Amino acid sequence: MKHVLSALLGAATLLGAAPSIAQTTLTIATVNNGDMIRMQGLTNEFTAKNPEISVKWVTLEENVLRQRVTTDIATKGGQFDVLTIGTYEVPIWAKKNWLIPLDNLGADYDTADLLPKIRDAVSVSGKLYAAPFYGESSMVMYRTDLFQKAGLTMPEKPTWDFVIDAAKKLTDKSAGVYGICLRGKAGWGENMAFLTAMSNSFGARWFDEKWQPQFDKPEWKKTLSTYVDLMKAAGPPGASSNGFNENLALFNSGKCGMWIDATVAASFVTNPKDSTVADKVGFALAPNAGLGKNANWLWAWNLAIPAGSKKTAAAEKFIAWATSKDYTQLVAKKEGWANVPPGTRTSLYQNPEYLKVAPFAKLTLASIDAADPNKPSVQPVPYVGVQYAAIPEFQGIGTSVGQQFSAALSGASTVDAALAAAQSATEREMKRAGYIK
Amino acid sequence: MATQQTQVLGRALLTPAVALLFIWMIVPLAMTIYFSTLHYSLLDSETWSFVGLENFRYFLTDPAFLTALRNTLVLVGSVLAITILLGTPLALLLDQQVIGRSIVRLMVIAPFFVMPTVSALVWKNLLMHPVSGLFAWLATLVGATPIDWFNDAPLLAVILIVAWQWLPFATLILLTALQSQDEEQKEAAEMDGASALSTFIYLTLPHLARPITVVILIETIFLLTVFAEIFVTTGGGPGLQTTNIAFLIYSQALIQYDIGNASAGGLVAVVIANIVAFFLVRIVGRNLEA
Repeated sequence: MKHVLSALLGAATLLGAAPSIAQTTLTIATVNNGDMIRMQGLTNEFTAKNPEISVKWVTLEENVLRQRVTTDIATKGGQFDVLTIGTYEVPIWAKKNWLIPLDNLGADYDTADLLPKIRDAVSVSGKLYAAPFYGESSMVMYRTDLFQKAGLTMPEKPTWDFVIDAAKKLTDKSAGVYGICLRGKAGWGENMAFLTAMSNSFGARWFDEKWQPQFDKPEWKKTLSTYVDLMKAAGPPGASSNGFNENLALFNSGKCGMWIDATVAASFVTNPKDSTVADKVGFALAPNAGLGKNANWLWAWNLAIPAGSKKTAAAEKFIAWATSKDYTQLVAKKEGWANVPPGTRTSLYQNPEYLKVAPFAKLTLASIDAADPNKPSVQPVPYVGVQYAAIPEFQGIGTSVGQQFSAALSGASTVDAALAAAQSATEREMKRAGYIK
Repeated sequence: MATQQTQVLGRALLTPAVALLFIWMIVPLAMTIYFSTLHYSLLDSETWSFVGLENFRYFLTDPAFLTALRNTLVLVGSVLAITILLGTPLALLLDQQVIGRSIVRLMVIAPFFVMPTVSALVWKNLLMHPVSGLFAWLATLVGATPIDWFNDAPLLAVILIVAWQWLPFATLILLTALQSQDEEQKEAAEMDGASALSTFIYLTLPHLARPITVVILIETIFLLTVFAEIFVTTGGGPGLQTTNIAFLIYSQALIQYDIGNASAGGLVAVVIANIVAFFLVRIVGRNLEA
C-alpha cells in the first residue's frame, strides 16, 4: 500500500512538475469568424514547432469578445496573452500604453510586405502595435444573371444613382427577390459601419474640426433619406434587424440582387458549398456620389499583446507565426488558396495561384487602397477612421446613433426625427466627455 | 435572570451570522453608491474623479430614460394582464376531469422550464421570422402579408414572448388554489340553481383573490428585470422601442463602459423597484392579510 501511494505521489509530482519546467501557456482571445476558427484548427502546426508553448483558446462572438477584452485590459485583469482586436481599438489603446509595440516579430516577418493602408491603421507613430490577421474594405457584390435579365451592365465604378435605379429594377417581391440588401441592425460595427462609409461618399462627416456633431447638416440628411428610401423600395422585409450574417444568408439563398458589404464576404458568396448563387456573382467598387469618395470602409482584425503580459516572447512568436507569409502558405496547402486570410499582404495579391481562384482579389485590393482613414470624407475631420471615429466614446455614441437610424429604417421614426435625436444624443455625450463646451 | 443571560448569549451567538449577512448585503450596495458618485469610464480609467450627483442627473435626463421607464411599465403591466386573464380560464380547464389531464397539464406548464434565451431564439427564428417563420407561413396560407414582428410591433412581440413564458406560472399557482376550493360549497351552489358564471364570480373568484395577488407580486419582481428576451430578439430597438430599464443599464455599462453612470442607473432601478413594490403591497397586499 505504501509503495503504491508513494508511486502515485511520485507520478503526480512528475505530472505537475514536468510542464512547469519550460512550458508556457498562451491564452488567446479571438473572435468566432471563419478565418480565426481555421487558425485554431491549425494550432498543432505551431505547437509542433514550438514544443515549449501550449495554447489555450477563448473564442467569442464579436461583441462579447470586445466586452471581455476591453474590461480585462482596462482593469488590468491579465487574463489574456494575445488579444484579437480591430483597427478601431489599436490607436486608442496604443496611446494609453495598453499594448506592447511589436518590435520583435523576427527577421523574416517582412513588415514592408503589409499593405500600406492596413499597416498605417495598426501603427502609431511608425511603430507596429498589432499584427493584421485579415483585412477588408467594402464593395458591391451583385448577381450577374439578374443583371443580364434586366438588361443592366454594372459599371466598374458605380454611382449611387445607378445602384438605386438598378435595385428598383431588380426587385421582384412576388418572387422573393429584393434589389439590394444592406445592414440595418443597430450597432457601431453593424449599420453604422455601412452608413458612415456611405455618408463619406455623400460628403458628410461625424464631427467638424471643433468636434461639433454634424447630423444637422444636409449631407447627412441626404445620406439617411437615400438609404431609407432605397431600402423601402428595394430592400428585404425585416431589414432593421439584418446585420452582416443575416445579409450573407439572404444573398447566398438568392434573395438579393446586390449587397454592399465587407470584401471578406466575397470568398463566402463564391463558395459553392455555402452559396446557391456561387457562379453568378460579380463585383464592383463601392458606390460614389461623384464627389471623389467611394463608400469604402477599412477594417482589419489584428493580434496584439496587452501590456503586462508576462509571456511576451511566446506571444510574439505566436503572432509572428499566425500573421506570416508562411501561415498563408500553410492554409493554402491544407485548405486551398481561396481560404487564405485576405487583405493584409501585398505578396498575396501578386501570387498568380491566389489570383486564379479569387476573382475578387483585384477589387479587394483596389477597395482597400481607396479607403483613407486619415482623410475619410471630402471635408476635413479631426478624427482617424473611415467608418468610425477612433475615440473611446465612439462605441457608445455610434451604437445610440445606430439605434436611431434603425428606427428610421423600420418606419418607427422619420429621417428628420432620427437625425435630430442623433444630433442631440451625440452632443450630449461629447459635452460629457469634454470635447465641446 | 437566567432568561436574560440566555438572551444575551443567544444574541452573541447570532452575531456572526447577522454580520455576515449584513456584509453580504451592504458591501455591494456601498460599492455601487461609491461608484455612482465618480466620473469613471473603463476606457479612460486613469482619470476618474468625484462628481457628486452628476451621474444621477445625467442618467435621469437621458432622453432614453423616460422611454425605458414607460416600456418597463408597459411590459410588466401587459404581461401581468395576459397571464392572469388567460391563466384563470386555463386553470379552470385543467381543473376539470378530462382524459389525459396529467399530460395536458405538463404541456401547459412546459414553457416555464425553457430558458429565456432559448425561448427568445425559438420565437425569433422559428415563429416570428417574417420570411421563414411559422406565423409568416400561416399568413401566406390565407393570403395575408406576414407581420414583420420585430420591425413593426417590437414591444408587442417581446410582450408575447415573455407572457408565453410566464403564463404557465400563473396557471400553476391558480390551479393549485382551485384544487383547494371547497367542493361542498360548489355543490351547494349548484343545488341552489346558481349558474356556472355566478358560481365563478361569487365563489371561485374571491377564492382566487389571494393566489392572484401572489402571482402579481412574484411576476412583477421578475418582470422588472426582463433582459434576455430583449437582448436576443431586438437588442433594445428599433430605436428605443424595446429598451427597458434593465437593458438601458446594460447598454450604459457594457457598450459605453461608463461605470459611474451604470451604477447610478442601477441605484435608480432599485428605487423604482421599491416604489413599485410599495404600491403593489399597498394595493393588493391587503388581500394577503384576510
